[in-house]
Amino acid sequence: MVILTEGLTKDYRLGRHVVHALRDVSVAVERGEFLAVMGPSGSGKSTFMNLLGCLDTPTEGRYLIDGEDVAGLGRDALAGIRSRKIGFVFQTFNLLARTTALENVELPLLYSNVSARARRARAHKSLAEVGLADREDHHPSQLSGGQQQRVAIARALVNDPTVILADEPTGALDTRTSLEIMALMQRLNRAGMTIVVVTHEPDVAAHAGRVLTFRDGRVIRDARVTTPRDASAALAELPDVSATEEDAVA
Amino acid sequence: MSPLQSARVALRALRVNLLRSMLTMLGIIIGVGAVIAMVGVGAGAQARVAEQIQSLGSNLIIVLSGSTTAGGVRMGQGSRLTITEEDSNAIAREVAAVQAAAPSMRGSAQIVYGNLNWSTGVQGVTPDYFEVREWNIAAGRAFGPEDLAGATKVALLGLTTAQNLFGDSDPLGQIVRIKKVPFTVIGVLDRKGQNSWGQDQDDVVVIPLSTAKKRVLGVSQANARSVGAISIKIRPGEDMAEAEMQIRELLRQRHRLQPYQDDDFTVRNLSEILQTQEESSKVMTYLLAAIASVSLLVGGIGIMNIMLVSVTERTREIGLRLAVGARGRDILLQFLVEAVTLSLIGGVIGIALGLASSQAISQFAEWRTQVPAQAVAIAFGFAAAVGVFFGFYPARKAARLDPIEALRYE
Repeated sequence: MVILTEGLTKDYRLGRHVVHALRDVSVAVERGEFLAVMGPSGSGKSTFMNLLGCLDTPTEGRYLIDGEDVAGLGRDALAGIRSRKIGFVFQTFNLLARTTALENVELPLLYSNVSARARRARAHKSLAEVGLADREDHHPSQLSGGQQQRVAIARALVNDPTVILADEPTGALDTRTSLEIMALMQRLNRAGMTIVVVTHEPDVAAHAGRVLTFRDGRVIRDARVTTPRDASAALAELPDVSATEEDAVA
Repeated sequence: MSPLQSARVALRALRVNLLRSMLTMLGIIIGVGAVIAMVGVGAGAQARVAEQIQSLGSNLIIVLSGSTTAGGVRMGQGSRLTITEEDSNAIAREVAAVQAAAPSMRGSAQIVYGNLNWSTGVQGVTPDYFEVREWNIAAGRAFGPEDLAGATKVALLGLTTAQNLFGDSDPLGQIVRIKKVPFTVIGVLDRKGQNSWGQDQDDVVVIPLSTAKKRVLGVSQANARSVGAISIKIRPGEDMAEAEMQIRELLRQRHRLQPYQDDDFTVRNLSEILQTQEESSKVMTYLLAAIASVSLLVGGIGIMNIMLVSVTERTREIGLRLAVGARGRDILLQFLVEAVTLSLIGGVIGIALGLASSQAISQFAEWRTQVPAQAVAIAFGFAAAVGVFFGFYPARKAARLDPIEALRYE
C-alpha cells in the first residue's frame, strides 16, 4: 500500500466561517496504480492533492505514505518526506529560469545530501529517461512546453520517489503534446511507478487505471477502468504533421 | 544544502540581477569606504600627537627642588636647593625603571659675542642630559665626562641663541662670554621647538654642571652638591606612575622625611597633559567613525530592501524548492548567504576605496593618514554583520512561506 488515508478531513477557517474542504476521505492506492483525481473546482481535489503531497496536514484523519504516518509531523519532517517519497509535476512546469535543464533536474538532490558527482549522474539518467539527453544544457526558455514538462517529470523522477503527483500536467499544453506527456506517464507507470494525476478533463483521466471523482469534499465515485486509453496509440493515429512543435523549436 | 552550495546558488542569483546587485552593494561600499577613510584621518592625527608627545619626552620625569617656608610664607619651587647630584645618582642606580638621570641647574645670564649680546637661560648639565631629553647635537659635539671633571669652559648653544649671536656665521670654535667668563662654543643643539606651555626651548646655552657651579651660577652655601632639578628618563614600556612613586619614595628616604612631613621636592610628569591631548584626538577618531558608520547602516537598509523585493519576486521559486524537499533553514541560509555575499563583496571594495581615498587625502590635503589593520578587520566584520542583520528578516520571511501559497503565487 503506497497511499492509505482514513477519514481524511480538512477544514479551513475563513473569518467566522469554517469551510469543509475535505470530509472523511478514505482511499487506498496500491503500488503501481495510475490514479486520476477528477472533480469540478472547489470539489476538494486540490486539497486532497496537497495532503497527499505532504504540503499540508489534515485537520482530522490519518494519512500513511509508504507505511509512514504523516500525522503530527513538523514542517521540516514533512519536507524530508517530500524529498524522499514524492515527485511533483505542476501545470506551469515551475522550472527555474536561467538554469539549465540538467540543473533543474538536480534541484531536489540539493536537499538530500547527494554528492555533486552523483547528482549529475542521476539527473543525467533521469533526463535520458524522458528522452531529453540532448537538451541538458538548454535553458527552459529554449525548450517547448512539452519539453519543459518532460524536464519537470525528469525532476520528479530524480529522487526515485514512491509516487508521482501531477497537478493538471497537461493543462498548459496542446492536444498532441498532452498525449505525448500522457504516453510518457503511462510508460513510467508500466515500469512500476505509482502515479496520481489531478485533472478536470475526462480525456486525460481516461488514460488512468482508476478514477476518483470528488464533489463537495467527498469522494462520490471510485471506478476502475478496465481498458485505459493508450496514449501512444492515440498519438500514432493523429494526422502526421511533418513539422511538429518540437522539431520547430529544435 | 551545504554552505558552499548555498554560496554558489547565491552568487548565481546575484549575477542574474547584476546592476541591481551592484547598486545595492554601493551602499556598503560607500559606508565601509567612509569608515576606513575617516579612521585613517583620525588615526593619522593621533599618531602625530603621539609623535609630538615623544619629542617633548613622554617618558620624562622631572624632579624639582622644593620650596622653603619662612614664617608661614612659602617661597615657591627651587627657592631652596634640596636635591643633590647624589640623589640623581641614587635614582639612576636604585630605581629599575629608570634608564638615565641627569642633574641640572639653571639660571639666566648675559652672553656676549663681539659687540652682540643676548640674555638667555643657562643650563648647567651632565653629559647624560642630552640622552634624557632626547636632544641631538646639530653641529659640533656634546661635552663629555672629562669636561665635567675638569670644569672646562665649553658651551653648547641653543638654536635661538646661536642665531641671535652669530646670525648666519659659524659659531663653532668661537669664544663667547657668559657673565664675563670666556667659553668656547663646541656645538649647536638641534631644534627642540616650543614646549607644551609655549616656552622656546632653543633659547638656551648649555654648559657643564661643574663649570656652571664654579663660574656662572654659583654654589649653594648649604650644600655644594645640590642642584635645581633632576631629569629622569624612564625605560620604554615601564609604568610611569609606578616609577614616579618609587622615585618619590627613594627621595623621601634619602631626605629623611617623616610621614607627617611634606615632600621637599616636586615631581613633574609631562605624560598627563599629553595623555589628555591623545585622548581628545582619539575621541575625534571615534566621532568620525561613528558618523561614517551611519552610511554603513543606510547601506544595510538598502540590502534589506532589495532582499525583500527579491523574496517577493522569487516566491514561486521558493515554493518549488520547498515542494522538492528544501527545509525552512535551507531557504533561510540561501537568502542569508545572498545578503552576506552582497555586503562582503561591498565590504572588500569599500576597504579598497577607503584605503585609496585615505591615500588621496594624505597626498592632496597633505594630512597625515594611517589606517590601522585592526580598523580594516573591524570594518570588514561590521560589513558582514550588517549583511546578517539586515538579511535575516527577509530570509526568515522566505523560509516561513507556505509552500502551497508560494507555488500558487503569480
